[in-house]
Amino acid sequence: MEYMNKSIEEIHEALKKGEVTSKELIQESLKKSHELQEKCNAFVTILDDAKEQIVTEEVLSGIPYGIKDNYSTKGILSTGSSNTLKDYVPFFTATAIENLEKHGAVAVGKTVMDEFGMGGTGTTGHTGIVKNPWDTTRMCAGSSAGSAAAVAAGVFPYATGSDTGDSIRKPAAYCGIVGYKPTYGMISRYGLFPFASSLDHCGALTRNVKDAAIVVDAMKGKDKYDMTSWDSAYIHLAESLTGEVKGKKLCYIKELCNIENYPNASTTLKEHLENFANTLEKVKSLGIEVEEVSVDKTLLNALASVYVVISCAEATSNMSNLTGFIFGPRGEGENYIDMMKDYRTKNFSPLIKRRFVIGSYVLQKENKDRYFHNAQRVRRLLVDTWNKLFEKYDAVILPVGSGPAKHLDGSIDILDKDTAPLEEHLQVGNFGGFPSITIPDGFIDGLPVALNLTGACYDDANVLNIAYAIENILGYKNQISKGGK
Amino acid sequence: MDQYKALIGLEMHCEISKTNTKVFSSAKNSYEDTPNTNIRPVDMAFPGTLPVVNKEAVRKALMASIILNCKQPEYIYFERKNYYYPDLPKGFQITQETKPAPVGIYGELTYEVGEETKTIRVNNIHLEEDAASSTHHEDTTTINYNRAGVPLLELVTEPDFHSAEEAVSFLETMRSIYQYANISEADSKKGQIRCDVNVSIMDASLDEKDPKNWGTKIEIKNVNSFGGVRDAINYEIKRQIELKEDGKYDEMEQQTRRFDEETGTTIYMRSKVDAIDYKYFVEPNIPKFKLDPKWLEEIKATIPPLATERRDKYINELGVSPRDAKIIVKEKPLADYFEETVSLGANPQSAANWINSIILGHLNKMEKTIEELFLTPKMLKGLIDLVESSKISGKQAKEVLTKSLEEEKDPVKLVSELGMSQITDEAELTKIIKEVIEENPTQLESYKKNPKLFDYFVGQVMKKTRGKANPALSAKILKEELDK
Repeated sequence: MEYMNKSIEEIHEALKKGEVTSKELIQESLKKSHELQEKCNAFVTILDDAKEQIVTEEVLSGIPYGIKDNYSTKGILSTGSSNTLKDYVPFFTATAIENLEKHGAVAVGKTVMDEFGMGGTGTTGHTGIVKNPWDTTRMCAGSSAGSAAAVAAGVFPYATGSDTGDSIRKPAAYCGIVGYKPTYGMISRYGLFPFASSLDHCGALTRNVKDAAIVVDAMKGKDKYDMTSWDSAYIHLAESLTGEVKGKKLCYIKELCNIENYPNASTTLKEHLENFANTLEKVKSLGIEVEEVSVDKTLLNALASVYVVISCAEATSNMSNLTGFIFGPRGEGENYIDMMKDYRTKNFSPLIKRRFVIGSYVLQKENKDRYFHNAQRVRRLLVDTWNKLFEKYDAVILPVGSGPAKHLDGSIDILDKDTAPLEEHLQVGNFGGFPSITIPDGFIDGLPVALNLTGACYDDANVLNIAYAIENILGYKNQISKGGK
Repeated sequence: MDQYKALIGLEMHCEISKTNTKVFSSAKNSYEDTPNTNIRPVDMAFPGTLPVVNKEAVRKALMASIILNCKQPEYIYFERKNYYYPDLPKGFQITQETKPAPVGIYGELTYEVGEETKTIRVNNIHLEEDAASSTHHEDTTTINYNRAGVPLLELVTEPDFHSAEEAVSFLETMRSIYQYANISEADSKKGQIRCDVNVSIMDASLDEKDPKNWGTKIEIKNVNSFGGVRDAINYEIKRQIELKEDGKYDEMEQQTRRFDEETGTTIYMRSKVDAIDYKYFVEPNIPKFKLDPKWLEEIKATIPPLATERRDKYINELGVSPRDAKIIVKEKPLADYFEETVSLGANPQSAANWINSIILGHLNKMEKTIEELFLTPKMLKGLIDLVESSKISGKQAKEVLTKSLEEEKDPVKLVSELGMSQITDEAELTKIIKEVIEENPTQLESYKKNPKLFDYFVGQVMKKTRGKANPALSAKILKEELDK
């Protein structure tokens, strides 16, 4: 009998009944971790000595889970998938992980990511590329690649992720699972290795909406070590999932969803958008009103640049602490400048270095207003536009990306620049700190595709409840990857 | 020099030493402790750590802003100043730039230079974190992270000073304000005060209000004592005038120099062209914070009496001479010591006399602070009381106090140990005086013709009592006995 492919509530039930013990769950999870490691390279560390926890009324107690490797974990290697921290063992644990521990959760592995979260492919971690468990010739997307792969493969029911642009929600889409990042500050970022502080969110990857609610309920809370965290004690996400959505209003953006915007559309893109349109019909059958809205295309086209400018600028500064003196392998050189240069030159991947150059460039005195401040102005315009939509609608519903997971061999996929806004629109969720959840909505060529719901700040319970109702009629709940290749 | 006028501006950094914890960290804010013991993960910039603002540090910064008559902002923001240095583990300093507004902008302060009162314009005052402290040895440098994250106030003045004397007087006034407002010990020996100075010269005949008439601004970094500020300014004015007279002034580029304490000179560091671009941007981990006007009112109401206020009180209410009052309030710990002595019931002017003469002299000689003084206000009060009640003479008291400070002994106990108490018993004194008169018959005869010999008899009485006879009483009895 397997349990790691079940929902959290089902596993909890089995534990309570004594059908299975926490120790047996850990053994099953570790065995599957090693199998998946062979196949997809999802882990930086597999915690073979993970200790079972007493099963209590807490629904997460005794159940294994995975942690993205950019969460600081006391006494456990935490690399951020970077050579700069390849041997770094922290002496403190991230608040979100501490909260899970308080609920009796059992960590069994640290998952691979794009280096420090700066990537959307899952191919830039220092331990190698992460393959998609549905099709190992394809990517998981990133940066929470290992977490997505492991949850999709049924290694454990959930894993933590972090999301600066779409790093939880895109990999969830490519792996056929649920990815949820709550409102900015609902989960403390203390102990999360920063990428771009104003955009970084903690969150969870699960196989159904209720599990996402349960996990974030446990992770969240005001933290005296994070000034941007807020008191959400009055919000009970899992309890809010009633499935009653009649009269709720959703909107989708014409400029992103209408096939006419893509003159060079591939068959895949056509199928993806058709599938989305069909999904909307099913959504309407729930008594939810769905309307088409229009957003200035110039604004949508600016999305990706705004993200690059702001995230690179903040990242350059955030990663200035990586000098190799206080932690990390010390560089070689005659003086501290040479030692620091040596450490940073050797250990950062070329992609990150490129982003640092961009970040420095846009912050330079002579460029700052043209790039950095303008990016912030456009960020404000985008957030205002979405907030305006939230005045009328409970959430914006959109397809994730332009289709299923891309090939690891980049030359196979045809590049269509028209689809850029479709690939990048999830970043608005980070610009505004909006609650945003991705759920699977079908298959193209046997590979999962997904839709996303994004709502107003602090309206997490409402957004999750809508996702919960939609999930129930779509029929892609709790799916485990059926890996062929 | 009369031909030229110097324009001098100051950037005064002062650590806020009177908070329990650092400005963005819960580590202890303390100067004294063993190096590298007051550290939290955020002070060493371990990955994932975040800054948390210390409200008390903000309160003290706002208090300084109010005292300086600055405008306070609607929102409190912080910004990152990005640069690499081993004393800055994060690779950026959390500070406040002028946009958005720091804790205070556009203020002014009146201060005294000798007998004159002057006004200086304050461009801004902002709150930031200090870097770790480095100690340079022969071939290595050690770093103490206890100082990393200590709250620091940076005050930037307009170039309104015209001489080193004015600049130093202003710094002394600010030090006094920081001490009296309980913001900082403001002790430059502890490295709590550090200054950057900018100096330019212009033709004295031109209007200094018009920036077009200003000369080239030279910035001098890291001047760490008031004496250093004075020397750096004087050296720089002299250097710039020499360049002017040699016709080389116009070739001089805008530049940053450093002050060399050993030689008392300034040394070229870098040109303005090579100025570091600090790539400022708003610190995203500290949400902007709306300042409640009520809170500002509360802060304003809790500003403790500052030096001038205390000085006026000493003069008008306690009857202390203006000269003494001025000396006492110069350092807050000294004023506190004085007030405690008076509050115990000691005569205020006597307390002021002893403090300003023997006690200050002793402290200067021993290079000690009043906090380190053995003599407590209670002991001083005891000594003053002995003089007041004529138990000992002023001359004896001086002797006892000096001995007390040197040997670290309670002066009242010393008086009894040395058997120093005055003879104030009338019968005893009369007996001694009669003896003296009997022993000096010839002088008695002469006295009858020449009353000036009275002093001779006083001397004889003092000699016989080894100075213990109460002078006033002795004189009275002596007069009676001699005139009999």
